[in-house]
This record gives sequence, structure tokens and C-alpha cells, in this order.
Amino acid sequence: MIATLQAFFQTDLGIVVLTLLEALALLVPLLIGVAYLTWFERKVMGAIQLRKGPNVVGPFGLAQPFADAIKMLFKETITPTGADRVLFTLAPMLTFGLAIVAWAVIPVNNHWGIANINVGILYLFAVSSLGVYGIIIAGWASNSKYAFLGALRSAAQMVSYEVSMGFVIVTVLVCVGSLNLNDIVLAQRHIWFAIPLFPLFVIFFISGLAETNRAPFDLAEGESEIVAGFFVEYSAMSFALFFLGEYANMILISAMTTVLFLGGWLSPVPFLPGGVLWFLLKVLLCLFVFVWVRATLPRLRYDQLMALGWKVFLPITLVYLVAVAGVLEYLGWLPNA
Amino acid sequence: MIVNLAFYFFSFILLASAVMVVTSRNPVHAVLFLILAFVNAAVLFLLAGAEFLAFILAIVYVGAVAVLFLFVVMMLDVDFAALKEGFQRYAPVGALVALVLFGELFLVVSGWSTLAGAPAARLYPTPDNLTNTAALGNLIYTSYLPLFQLSGMVLLVAMIGAIVLTHRDRKRSLHQKLSAQHARTPEQTLRLVRPELGAGVSVPASEKEAT
Repeated sequence: MIATLQAFFQTDLGIVVLTLLEALALLVPLLIGVAYLTWFERKVMGAIQLRKGPNVVGPFGLAQPFADAIKMLFKETITPTGADRVLFTLAPMLTFGLAIVAWAVIPVNNHWGIANINVGILYLFAVSSLGVYGIIIAGWASNSKYAFLGALRSAAQMVSYEVSMGFVIVTVLVCVGSLNLNDIVLAQRHIWFAIPLFPLFVIFFISGLAETNRAPFDLAEGESEIVAGFFVEYSAMSFALFFLGEYANMILISAMTTVLFLGGWLSPVPFLPGGVLWFLLKVLLCLFVFVWVRATLPRLRYDQLMALGWKVFLPITLVYLVAVAGVLEYLGWLPNA
Repeated sequence: MIVNLAFYFFSFILLASAVMVVTSRNPVHAVLFLILAFVNAAVLFLLAGAEFLAFILAIVYVGAVAVLFLFVVMMLDVDFAALKEGFQRYAPVGALVALVLFGELFLVVSGWSTLAGAPAARLYPTPDNLTNTAALGNLIYTSYLPLFQLSGMVLLVAMIGAIVLTHRDRKRSLHQKLSAQHARTPEQTLRLVRPELGAGVSVPASEKEAT
């Protein structure tokens, strides 16, 4: 029985089936995680603001995400007059799909990534830079001023912060000598990159906040100025897809931070083995900081946001990259790829 | 077999979306089809084994250049009826240009010759023990370093040109000087006075300037 199964998984069809099963094994926990992240955020914000948070549906309000999902499903989907129907329905799917598709290369344990490709980090960067299209298309297709203004803001913001994010990634790559995410984690066996590259770790995390349009960079949906930004016109399930896409992106950025700086699945305690649990724990820690920041900091003004991206982060990361490369070259520590 | 099917599938989408770029009536749709064409070109690179080029194409063209392009097209209010007006009149000129271009391409391609060793070398594009990215890096930073640096200089000049063209010194713009604001102390900005009843306070001209 086992022998026939093994033989089957060697064939072309078997490999396709196996990959689909692997994807399913990753996606189901991921989607449940996205649903419960909304619950987690409301609970943590409640605790910070001395409230209870959701506590009515199910024990500790644990069934709240499902109640919300059912509510969203049964609402009416409204398409505004003058909207570009095809693009209007395509945009939320694109946003959510891209947030999910990026997970193909994330290694949650040693060689556990669905696709262990040589240029994994480039793939991640490419997919996250595509995320901006969901927002621009949604803003334009809605045929509404507020949506368009929100889309312009958020697209400008994402493009600006991507630049410094790219330089941070390049600096990490200089230390690793490989673009493979598995190798990036294994290169941190002795010391996590968060320690020698601490300023870059902070910059990466802040850029991640901006990239996901989270507070304090949530100008795209600044409700006091432009109602809800690029998704004002969306309702029911298409709105839910944007909402879930944002949370999936939060988990993705946390996972990227974990892989690049916090040693992925590696154990922080020397005598304990590494594993998926460590990875989850680190991702949860990053997500907690996401929520903590949202509950603590006021929103930035738009010119402050742009100034921070272009005048502070970009020069710092650029100089840091040259400095790190210079130091590694001087000490002869450059890894040979 | 699967790779061949995938190649034809993605090439078909690439060509179809390239046609749509030219023929769509809505300029925003045209740009979106252009982006689809870029993505499919990246996939073709991937199928050819050039993974680094594929993702760089996706990041640079799709992630950055096309976003700006889309911005511009969305902001412009182009009247396409007016643009199409002269189509009949200018069609012969366009056809002539197309014919000349096609003739040139035909001359170049028909006289095309390759080096004797090139077809064999093309079968093994990267050394066995190196990844695609490392092989490319080795070439760019050793044999082709001057050319690489030169193209970098061209980009730098283009960047400076763009800044010179768009930068205007706005004499009356309202800049916030963060350092000046942070350096202020209450003594410089605040003076507590107890005005006489009915007399009010007269502010000296020097203090009016200080704000």
C-alpha cells in the first residue's frame, strides 16, 4: 500500500496531486489564521483600551469571525453606477489572491516550503509589489472621487516604502549569499540577523506597516478625510475580500520578518529543537506588535509619511547597505555563493 | 510535454494581450493588458530557465514602471473621439512607415548569422554548479563591467535630467522646519502678561517678527 503510494507520488500526476495537497495543508491553517487574526486584534485592542472586546458569540467570543463571515455572505453586493464592472469585481480577488499566492515560497520548517526556489526572496518581493494593482484598480473602477483619492494615496505610499524595503532585503542577501529563503534561515544558525542588523530590522518592520496600509500609515482609508479610501464603494463579500487580504498581508509581512531577521523556524533556546511552533510563535509576536502599534500611535500626516520614506529610510538603508558590504569585504566574511 | 503546452499557453496570452493593448478603446484597459503582457513575458523567461530575469522583469516593469504609467493614464482625461478623427487621413502614412520597418526587419533577419560555437553554448546557458543569479552576476561584474557601469551612468544622467526638468524652486511654499520647531522653548514663544483693565496689550514689532 505505502509502496504503491510512494510510486504514485513519483509520477507526473502524483507530483501535481502532492503539490495540491501541500498547498491545502498550508492554506487551510492560513485562512483560519486570517479569520482568527481579526478576533485576536479586537481582543488585544480591547485589552489595551480597557474593554472586553468580542465576548458574546461562543466562549470568549471565539465564534465571532464566523458570525462576521456569515453576515458578510448574506449582504447584498452593490455595484455603483458608472463602475467598470469587470475590473470592479476583479480587484478584490486580485488583492486577496496575491496575499495568498506569496505563501508558496515561505519555509515554515526546514525544506517545508511548497516551492523551494532559488530566487524565493525575489518572488516574494515581486508578488508584494503586484499588490498595489488591486488597490489602484479598485479605486479607479469604483468611479468615485474618494475611492480614487484613496487609491492614489495608498499606491504612492506602497511604491515609496518598497524602495527602502528592497535595500533592506539586499543587505540581508549580502550577508547570506543566496536568494533562497531556506538558506536565509539556515544562515542565521549562529546569530539572528535582527541583532547585527538591528536598525534595518526596525526599518523593515515599519516599512511593512506602511506596505500593508496599517496604522499609523493607514492614510489610504483615513476615515476622517476620505471616508474609507479605495474600498468605499465595496460591500458584502467583495469588501470582506479586501479586509481579509489586508490581514493576510499582515501575516505575510510578519512571516517575511521572521524569515529574514528572526531566524525562521530556528529555536532561540540552544537545547530545544527548532520547528513549526517556533515559526508560529515568532509570527504571532510580530502580529502582536502590529496590533499594539495600531492601538498606540496616531495617524501620520501625508507629507510626514512621504518624508519618512524618502528622506529618512531611503538614505539610511542605502548607506547601511554600502557599509555592511564594505565591512564584510574588509573582514573577508563575504559568503561565496 | 507539460512545459511545451505551458509555453504555447503563455505565449498565446502574451500575444493576445499585446493585440489588446493596441486595440482597446479604454486607455486604462490598454495599460492593464500591457501589464498582463509583461507578466506573461516573465513567465516565458521562467520557462526558459532564466528565473532571475523573470522576477526582475516582474519587479521593475510590473511593480514600478507600469504603476506610474497607470497613474498617468488614469489622471489624463483623453478624448478618444478627437484622437481617432484623423485616422482615415493619416492611415497611408502609417502604413508606409510600417512597411519600411518591416522591410528593415526582414533584411536584418534574413542576413542573420551566428558564431560557430553559439548554438552549442546556448544549450548550456549556466555552468552546472552555479545558480542562474550567480552566473549572471559573475558575467556582469567581470567581463562586462565597463558596459554595466556605463548603463548605470546613463540611468543616472536620465535621473538627474528628470529632477532638473521637474524641480522648481517654489519661493512661497510652506515648508515645515522640524529642527527649528523642536528647538523652540516656552521662553521664546510665550510671555505671560497681566493687562490693565481697558488698556489691553501692545505687542512690540520685534516680537511680531519672531513668530
